[in-house]
Formats: sequence, structure tokens, C-alpha cells
Amino acid sequence: MSDPKHTHHEIAAEATDPRWQATPAEVAAAAPAATSRRSFLFKLAVGLNGLVGAVFAVPILGYLIGPATKKDADFNSWVKLGSLDEFPVGKTHFAEYVNPVVSPSDGETAKIACWVRRIDANSFQVFAVNCAHLGCPVRWFEQSRLFLCPCHGGAYYEDGSRASGPPMRGLFEYQHRVHNGALEILAGQLPTFSNEACNRKPQKPNAPENNPLRVLADDDAAGRRDA
Amino acid sequence: MKNPVELGKKLRAWIDLRTGLVQQAEEMADHPTPSSAASWWYVFGSGAMVLLGLQVVTGILLAMVYSPSASNAWASLQFINHNLPLGWYLRALHGWGSDFMIAIVLIHLVQVFLFGAYKFPRELTWVVGVFLLLLTLAMAFTGQVMRFDTDAYWGIGIGASITSSVPLVGKPLVRLLLGGPIIGGATLSHFFALHVFVIPGALLGLVGLHLLMVLRLGINEWPMPGRIVRRADYRQNYAALTRKTGVAFAPNAAWKDAVFAAAMILAVMACAWFFGPFGPSGQPDPTIIQTAPHPDFFFLWIYAVLAFLPPQLEIPFLLAAPALIVLPLLLLPFLAGEGEKHWSRRPVAILVVTLVAVTLGIFTNLGLHTPWSPVMDAWSSAAIPARYVKDRTPLERRGALVFQDKQCRDCHSIGGIGGRRGPALDDIATRMTVDQMVRQVLQGGGNMPAYGKALSPAETTALTAYLRTLNGNHLAPAVNPAAGIEPVNGTHPVAQ
Repeated sequence: MSDPKHTHHEIAAEATDPRWQATPAEVAAAAPAATSRRSFLFKLAVGLNGLVGAVFAVPILGYLIGPATKKDADFNSWVKLGSLDEFPVGKTHFAEYVNPVVSPSDGETAKIACWVRRIDANSFQVFAVNCAHLGCPVRWFEQSRLFLCPCHGGAYYEDGSRASGPPMRGLFEYQHRVHNGALEILAGQLPTFSNEACNRKPQKPNAPENNPLRVLADDDAAGRRDA
Repeated sequence: MKNPVELGKKLRAWIDLRTGLVQQAEEMADHPTPSSAASWWYVFGSGAMVLLGLQVVTGILLAMVYSPSASNAWASLQFINHNLPLGWYLRALHGWGSDFMIAIVLIHLVQVFLFGAYKFPRELTWVVGVFLLLLTLAMAFTGQVMRFDTDAYWGIGIGASITSSVPLVGKPLVRLLLGGPIIGGATLSHFFALHVFVIPGALLGLVGLHLLMVLRLGINEWPMPGRIVRRADYRQNYAALTRKTGVAFAPNAAWKDAVFAAAMILAVMACAWFFGPFGPSGQPDPTIIQTAPHPDFFFLWIYAVLAFLPPQLEIPFLLAAPALIVLPLLLLPFLAGEGEKHWSRRPVAILVVTLVAVTLGIFTNLGLHTPWSPVMDAWSSAAIPARYVKDRTPLERRGALVFQDKQCRDCHSIGGIGGRRGPALDDIATRMTVDQMVRQVLQGGGNMPAYGKALSPAETTALTAYLRTLNGNHLAPAVNPAAGIEPVNGTHPVAQ
């Protein structure tokens, strides 16, 4: 069923009803001079829309990339992991906390896990659970004193340093302090290579900056130090 | 009451006057196809389109119930699977439809490549097709996230880790990907918007463009050796061929497309009905770490490649690989836009397809078996076979306990059970002397961690005494050839 009569190009150009004859004003409006003026107006209108579009786009872009432009300090804060006696000396302990920045729909994903190693009474190491290779959750094996990753077989020693496998570096380590008899870490972001809050080389357990008593002396300064 | 056929004709004319669509559809159906191209080899493009339609329909039906919120998504998947009548079947259709669609798109790509259909004047059709492939894979990745379980959670983590290695802009990119500082509610809703609005919109638009170009340029003729494509005269040759051998697309070629589409939908239905939906696996709780995250089938090869890259090569590879894979695909029609179309005159093309297929096949197979991953529970679940402790001394049996207790089994198998990260140890005594074993165990090396701090001297002695008994099929033990020449402290350190 393809009747060419139906396409308007094919239909005769003259109106059959005299009342449909074009008025002189209508004909004049279609003159080339008027067209060139209108094409200028059209270009102007397009330009105006470009301008409006740009102004429209700025806040939209701000909405879209908002989370990306924030500073670490906007996300990170000190989070309590537990009182000191929850972490036996010489052991590596599984701990979890609720992320300091949450949204209403986070549900269980707001809970984050980490590994706490208590070296002696005063020195700790807190490792991200995320493998420094591609972020899979590493598990602690007490007997062989290793962290093992289930994804690609990355292995780390108990001090978080790289033992073998594809990771290029040791485990991500949280900054920590002892505050009011509780262990706290500076947390708030998924630990990745790009993340300064967690992207610190595994510390030497006896290094002075790792002594929580020293950190205690200047809580606020420490809070902002890595932010 | 008038004749219903007449009524139908009138309705068609009424709609056509107002839309012109009936006439256009008829012209599309009638468009001439070289008779050689009305082939079973040409059904995959339309097959992919039919599957896209299936995905849109089943996707809409699932979106009516699915809750794209990190706190409810997993529960809503369970609800669809177990409480909604035939909900499991809808999820299965959508999941299997996705696997079929990727497979058909890949077959379509290979067929088009081997038939030289990307050559002049169909370069842009090919380029749009490459983007359609990328969008299809993007649908599969974001769809894997919709199934919001442990695999999805840690899968996003892998994506974020890869993204974070981008220099300079890694951090903002990770946050854009996650929609915030952690994998959470915003992450799932971001991926939902991509999976349901952005990517399907682009996909449907580009499919339209792809199809428009196929209609405008005509379906690729069946290649013949010696029929060389030249920009100067190809269109003229194609027009002449189509004039002489052209048949209307419908019904001459369309019936094969239709049969293939029906067979394919039936196959998707059968897989969905008999094998059921994919997951969800465990709930997306980041504190449940007893998990071994695994990507979906079509991403397994990437997962495997990432296990084998040397650490220093990994970041350069991750940054360069997308360009190295996509750029040749995009440039292909511009670098080889003329010449032979027939596969028998294009040995390099055959070689490339074979090489890529074998590579992807091997890596996918490795991804299914993950020999590089420690078997996390082998030390506590896989007993040492009795023949490996029979007739051993108390010290050696003590060593077998150390072997088990220190999780050596997680990476080393004995009697075929255990991890495959390190070598099987059934005949380790034929390959290493006791001194070498002690060194290897205490200092590690060659991808083995050092156990110096995890083993006491007594444990080391017992362990090596046991390993010393593992000499396979009663083969001669390894000896230090220098031992007999120069005794150390008056004793032979090895030959016992």
C-alpha cells in the first residue's frame, strides 16, 4: 500500500479554494530581504540559547561532579574502633565501624571492616581490609601470620608489608590514635591508590610518629594532618 | 459490517497519510539485497537487535519491582526470586538474555570482520558497531552491579581500584564512579541510572543509526576472491550486482532472520527455565569478608589477566590496554578500507581472529579455575591423604601437622587436594634438598612468602623432615652433589 498521492510534495501547488490564496502581506513576508533579517534573528536566538544552555549547565555540572571536587577533610574524621582492651596485645583483630559519612540508602554498605594489629601496649597498626592490588577483602591467617587475598593471591606479612603476589605495595594503613582509652582511626573513604587518607606506606612499628601517645598531644593538628 | 480486509487497508492508508511510516516500512522490507547475502551467515545483526528488545522488555518488568537502593536491593532481588510468581524466571531471562546478547554481538563482529564488510563505504557502520559492542559490555558490567551482592560490591571495588590508578585525576574519577567516598547507596543509584537510562538510550540511538546505514549502503555482498574493493568503483559495482542479482529483503532474507530470532529466544527461554537466574550470592555487607569475588563470565578473562601481570607492568597496562584494544578496532576500516574481502585472501585476518579467540578462551578458562588464588580453607578442610602419613616417624608426622596447621595447603596441593598457587609438593623431596627447603620456607622467594617469623626452629625441623618423605613414586631424593666432596663439620648435610 504505497500511494504516491499521499506525499505532500506530489500535490499541485495552487490552492483550489480562493479563500486559501496567499495575502500580499504573507507574500511580502516571504521575500528574500525579510528572510535575511530573520536568519539574523535566528542566529541571534541560537546564540541566546547557547548562552542560556551554558548558564544552565554550570549548576548541573556542579551537581554531577560535586562529590568529586570535595577535599579529603570533608569525608575523613576520627572514628572509634573500640576500647583498648578489645584488642589483645600481640594479636591481629578484625574490627568494623560505620563510615562517618553516610547516605540514607547506604544500608549495610555503610559498615566498613579493617584489621587491627596490637604490637604492644602502646603501638598499633590498622590495615584496610582492601587488598592493595584491586581492593578485594584480605583475610588474616593467625598461624602463618599472613594476610591472604582471595582474588589474585596477594599475600602480606603481619606488619602489612608485601609478601608476594601481584600487589605492588603493602596494605593500606589507616592513621590511628588512642583517645579516651579507645582506639580511633582517621577514616571515611574507600582506600585506593588515589586516596591520601589511607595511602600511606606501612609504618615501622617503632617509628616515633607511630606512637599514639605522641599523637595524643596534638589531637586537632593530627586530625587535619593528612586531610 | 464491511469486509475486515478492506477495513484493514483503510486503516493502513489513514495511518500512512499521517505518518508516512507504512510506506517507509514497506520500502525497507523491499530494499534489494544481493541474492548471495540472503544467507544464514547474515542473521547475527538482527539477532542481536532482537535480544536487545528482549532485554528492554524484561528489564522494564524487573525495574517495576527492583529497588535500586543499597539498603534494599539485595532483599528485593530475593523477593523477586522467591516471592513474586515467576519473578525468578524474569530474572533468569534477563540474565541469560544478557549472556546471549554479548555472545551474538561478538559473533556478529567476527562475521563482519571476516567478510570484509567494514571496508568502503561501510567504515562508519563498523565504527558505530564498535561503540555498540562497548555499550553492550557496559550494560553487562552495570547489570552485574544491579545484582547487588558480594560479587557486585567487591566488583565495584575492583573497578574503583583500577580507576584510582589513573594519574592526576584518579581521585575525582573514583568519587564520580562511586558517587561519593565509599561504595554505598549513591554508587548503586549511579549505576542504576547508567544501566536503565543512559546506556540503553545511547544503545537504542546508535542501533537506529547502524540500521539506517545498512539500509542506505545496502547489505554487504557475499565476498568473492578477486572482487577487490576500490573507492573509485565499488558503489558502481555493488549497484550493478544488486541490479542483476538483487532480491527483496523480505521475504528472501528476512525469513532466515526470523527463524534465527525465534530459535534464539527459545534458547534463552530454555536456559532461563532450566538453569534459573544468576544469584544473588551473599548480601553486600562489607564486613562479611569470607568471600572470593568473581566477575561474570564475559569479564573473567580480564580477571585472569590481572592475576598474571607483573606488578610493575600492571598500572601501565591498565591505562594503555583500553586504548590498545579499542583503537585498532576503530582504525581498522580506515587502514584497510580497500582490497580483498574474502577470508581466503586475508590470512592476517584469520590469524588475528584465531589468536584473539584462543587468548580470550585460555584466559576465560583460567578465570573459571583461578589457579592463582589460595584455597582459603584447604588447611582446615582438606585432610592429608592417609598414604602421605603412613609409615612416617613421629617427627615426620609432627611435620605433617605443621604443614597443615601453617596453611601450607592453601597454596600447595598434596595428593591433588589443596591450592595451586605454588607447586604441588607430592615429590618435593626429589627436587629440593633439606637445606634448600629450609631456605625456601624461612626466606621465601619466587612468589612464596617467608615463614621465618611464623615457624619455630622445632617446627621447621619437623616440617622439612616431613617434606623430605614426599618423594613421589619412590623416586631418588635430591642430593647436594657437593656434599660428598666436602663434608661440612664432618657430616653430610643432606645425604641421610
